[in-house]
Amino acid sequence: MNHLISIEDLDREEIERIVAQAARFAEVSDREIKEVPALRGRTVLNLFYEASTRTRSSFELAAKRLSATVVNFAAGGSSVEKGESLKDTVLTLGAYKPDAIVLRTPWAGAAELVSKWCPAAIVNAGDGKHEHPTQALLDVYTLQKRLGGIDGASIWIVGDVAHSRVARSNIIAFQKLGARVTVAGPPTLIPRGIEALGCEVRFTLEELPKADVVYALRMQHERMNESFLPSLREYAAWYQINGRRLGPRQVLMHPGPVNRGVELSGEVVDSPQAVITAQVEAGVVVRMAVLYELLAGAREPLPDPTRPGRPGHPANPGQPGRQGQPDRPENVKQLA
Amino acid sequence: MAANTLVQGPAVPANLLLCDAHVLDPRAGIDARHDVRVRGGEIAEIGAPGALEAVAEEEAIDARGRHLLPAFFDPHVHLRTPGQEHKEDLETGTRAAAAGGFGGAIAMPNTDPVLDSAPLLRSLRDAAAREARIPIGFMAAITRGLEGEELTEMAELRKEGALGFTDDGRPVRSAGMLRKALQYQRLCGGTIALHEEDPTLSKGGAMHEGTVSAALGLGGIPSVSESTMVARDAALAGYEDARVHFQHLSCVASVEAVAHAKAQGWRLSTEVTPHHLLLTEEDVRGMDTRMKMNPPLATEDDRKALVEGLRDGTIDCVATDHAPHARDEKEVPFEQAPMGTTGLETAFAALYTGLVLPGVLDLKLLVERMTAAAALFELPTHTIENGKPANLTLVDLDGEFLAGEHGWESRSENCCFAGRRLQGRVLLTVAAGAVVYRERAFSVVAA
Repeated sequence: MNHLISIEDLDREEIERIVAQAARFAEVSDREIKEVPALRGRTVLNLFYEASTRTRSSFELAAKRLSATVVNFAAGGSSVEKGESLKDTVLTLGAYKPDAIVLRTPWAGAAELVSKWCPAAIVNAGDGKHEHPTQALLDVYTLQKRLGGIDGASIWIVGDVAHSRVARSNIIAFQKLGARVTVAGPPTLIPRGIEALGCEVRFTLEELPKADVVYALRMQHERMNESFLPSLREYAAWYQINGRRLGPRQVLMHPGPVNRGVELSGEVVDSPQAVITAQVEAGVVVRMAVLYELLAGAREPLPDPTRPGRPGHPANPGQPGRQGQPDRPENVKQLA
Repeated sequence: MAANTLVQGPAVPANLLLCDAHVLDPRAGIDARHDVRVRGGEIAEIGAPGALEAVAEEEAIDARGRHLLPAFFDPHVHLRTPGQEHKEDLETGTRAAAAGGFGGAIAMPNTDPVLDSAPLLRSLRDAAAREARIPIGFMAAITRGLEGEELTEMAELRKEGALGFTDDGRPVRSAGMLRKALQYQRLCGGTIALHEEDPTLSKGGAMHEGTVSAALGLGGIPSVSESTMVARDAALAGYEDARVHFQHLSCVASVEAVAHAKAQGWRLSTEVTPHHLLLTEEDVRGMDTRMKMNPPLATEDDRKALVEGLRDGTIDCVATDHAPHARDEKEVPFEQAPMGTTGLETAFAALYTGLVLPGVLDLKLLVERMTAAAALFELPTHTIENGKPANLTLVDLDGEFLAGEHGWESRSENCCFAGRRLQGRVLLTVAAGAVVYRERAFSVVAA
């Protein structure tokens, strides 16, 4: 695996390998010193063209817990605002020789383009309405932990499927792991032709009780202005997941941030069925596993990632202690 | 109004003897080997193979095994002048046309500024008289600035040489506005060409709406965005008895709407592009921005209907919609990229390879449809007959090449067929009696 651009590029084994690796990293996150030297000396560049709190911060945490150097490059307030093209920005940042670029853009296909312009491993952290593969991986991780496995599970993805990269990546990922996927939502927000991905389509929640997992999508307020919906009130009346609609054995998921009172009622967010916080937690360990897979290389002998950091190991890259480090190639050799 | 004319840069009339070419001109009813002499801008003599002797100062060309066709005519190109010369200009665009075997082309007015006034048209025709490699003509805008609000001074534009009117790149949204233009046509003439798209349906779309757009998360443009406007404007044209040309049809429903309208006897004509005849939404899956055009590539059913429409005459002619864009404008994510593909240099070979070789279309029919557009704009049709202006294309139907392997004559390289193996090389193009293109590797036998 050289890049993580689309969940379609991964087969079931690769998904399971990353998820298993994430489970091993989960232990690290529970330690007092939450850091291992697996990617010491490696540079991870977060290039975000869209506002993002949890994805960006969880990638940053993931990289730091693996002792990689992290540089955050947000499009706002940078050369991008001065009119620099994506290609020129990537060529410029590529000159810093990052080992990985984590890229979030509002444009479908941008991650793949960037992978052609730059030798770094590209991690797609969301490309327009196309894909968000690490979200799918962390959702798989969360569900496997909760259910033991998702083979044969019925998963309903409810809401604004048309504008959701999460929906697209999850439809593909869940099906690869043997789940049956149904998308449900208002007809204006279910893209024509989505059934070609293999999922079923419903416009009401009548059959929702059959689902083992209910995955609610975020309803963005902008959609009201574009007349996709008459009102949030009407949306909530037909599609809100609330105590009346959510069964006691169903698992509730949401990619966040939640609009309480719109796609989810407050009661279900706080219910035992909800695994929304677990998803956020999974975000860090799954992204650790992805960075580890890409940068440490799956074929190389795996160092024990749970080995504690050496004494005196800097808590954060970029601190004075790092400056005396040997050059990167030697460091890589040490790891191998 | 004066008769429609094209303009061309300075050219030296060629003295050529094309020896033993397979001459194919469906209109003239020729499909046999002949010697053809070009002199003084005209086809001076057509004789049996080996019958004509080269005379002094005449270049004899061994055309054995090659096909001599009437030069193609493209009713729809974007030469980007004025204002966007970084994409193309009159010289590079017409050079590309000549390399594709075209002996005439019509430029669209969506330039910067928009070609919507007589002085601008005059300056463009003056520039073409200096720079254009092949004869070209200009369409003027229907509405000022393509804004859809006020009609241009259509009569004055016609006097200055506008072949017709179009807001190409955009539809005329208001039926009332279009109706006024159609009425005004009675005064000034000139074919009104329409880019059909309902912007309220196509808004936010980057490709055809269907399974591929759903999978890629790209905004979709539904086929009804085009076909409903075709139906609306065909009815308007029928009501006003206007002469209307529908540009770049792309879907089944539009072909059906046109077939219905033509059956009413309305004065309509249509065109289709090589890319819509050969490619589908599946070609967009890799999000290659060269596959982004407007109207978008649609389904296999749509493609087949277009081929069938071209065959049965519902669609009158082939147009490339040659739409050059600079490399940096296309090297961006798909949604950000401008719409359009270049097409002049690959049109014949792509269609020959994709439709004639597999036996879908007859070569004669393809030649007919690639030369038919001139008449739709009241221009003389290229034909291979004694005493007619020499507009000829010599092709090697066996000649294979990778599209773009030696670069492009066009200033831009955003060709949707780039890198494909094509068959049917253009070796030589004669436009208005002058050699305007000669394939570099094409050897010439001295007289």
